[in-house]
Amino acid sequence: MTDNVPPLPGRIVLDEIVPARAPWDHIVRLGETLRIIDLEGNQSADFLMYALHDDAERYSAQDTIAAQRNIFLRTGSVLLSNEGRAMARIAATTVAYHDTIGGACSCESNTLRYGYHTKSHHACVDNFLYANSRHGRGKRDMVSNINWFMNVPVEPDGTLGIVDGISAAGLYVDLLAEMDIVAVISNCPQINNPCNAFNPTPLRVVIAAPDPVPEACSTRS
Amino acid sequence: MTGTADPLGARAHARAMGGTVVEAMPTVPATRAGDLPSGVASETMLWDETIGPGDYAAKEIDRGARLRLVDLRGDACVSMLIFNAERPIERLNVADTIKVQWNAYLGAGRLLLSDMGRVLMSIVEDHARTHDVFCGASNEAANARRYGIGTNWSAHPSARDRLLLGAAKFGLGRKDLHPCINWFKGVRITRDGTTELDQGPSAPGRFVILRAEMHVIVVLANCPHVLDSRPRYTVTAVRASAWRGPITPDDDPIRTASPESERAFLNVEEYFRR
Repeated sequence: MTDNVPPLPGRIVLDEIVPARAPWDHIVRLGETLRIIDLEGNQSADFLMYALHDDAERYSAQDTIAAQRNIFLRTGSVLLSNEGRAMARIAATTVAYHDTIGGACSCESNTLRYGYHTKSHHACVDNFLYANSRHGRGKRDMVSNINWFMNVPVEPDGTLGIVDGISAAGLYVDLLAEMDIVAVISNCPQINNPCNAFNPTPLRVVIAAPDPVPEACSTRS
Repeated sequence: MTGTADPLGARAHARAMGGTVVEAMPTVPATRAGDLPSGVASETMLWDETIGPGDYAAKEIDRGARLRLVDLRGDACVSMLIFNAERPIERLNVADTIKVQWNAYLGAGRLLLSDMGRVLMSIVEDHARTHDVFCGASNEAANARRYGIGTNWSAHPSARDRLLLGAAKFGLGRKDLHPCINWFKGVRITRDGTTELDQGPSAPGRFVILRAEMHVIVVLANCPHVLDSRPRYTVTAVRASAWRGPITPDDDPIRTASPESERAFLNVEEYFRR
């Protein structure tokens, strides 16, 4: 299913499957690349990140949008923190664009969007809270996130919505860390809209570190 | 020769300043505010403050209260945070606000939703129609790039730093600075996702009136929009006024406008069912 994905250069330090509906988090160091692969197609990967050494500094959708003057994330997009610093950049992606305005689904917003029968459904905010809770973070740490592989067009009159995806099996995004970060993913469990083609599926995550600098080239004296 | 060499002289000097009137200041008590909207009685006034260029303010108002923001000179840019005053862990969520209402642009009749599926405030009147939920607050680095210096103690403070101080007065901190709304400076999205700023200046006197649907803390910062291309730090005063009002009734047209809106109000009523 992912035979068409080219290998990441460098030393592979992690290669995992994120099961359908599950949270995931890991440290990604400066210079490392985090690849997220949409294994079966049109699976939204909700994504937040925090500066490793000061988690009050975190991904800011608004700073990112303002700096690039565009709401869509594409190859080359620089993902900024709330302090205006580069946290990561999209080194490559095989999907035309990704979303950062749609936010994360929650039990509470599900009641508005779909009715009270969906309050008990699994939701991304719960996944983020669960993953973050093990690191001392909580609800104050929830901010507008990225939705890799999710499609949210905005019509000329402002009408917007989560519509059928433009991703497919084996498409991916590569994030090059520009600082030490904690990356948190909610493999979106939403079943009430097309963000996961109404069928949550697994993701694959790979982290590659740059090859060690040969001794002769190091600056050590 | 200020006569401040001894404490009594210093006291006299300090007291002589009282009563000074400038543009950017609160009216205290708010019941003395002039130029009220028709039908608003002085005794219902809760807040009246003119927020100058680069300034900030924060205020707690109860459910039913109205908050009017007037762009006095046509170049205000008011970044706003909203918290549930009883439990500030509940706050404005701009993503849910646009997603749940299926529209990216704020205007009369729209709700400002919390991250708990409830409506914190609704927009009852909008005579500006140029607002922004996408670009957020300026930060020190952005202001330093445009104006040479962007520190909070400079002449070019950032909206983020001003919001931080407003929130800090309620015990809130850096982690509580959620994505904000910018009033009066409009951002539209083109087909390819480009953000287009209407940076003005606009006609003076444009205003919005919001209605608190829960007990809320609003934090306001009046700083140039982060995409404002003018080389000078350009922003003009905004007047914030609040007065008491009735809690939204069942047949309110904003409440009944959509099934999503109806449930947002129902969720508020469940919250207050105690």
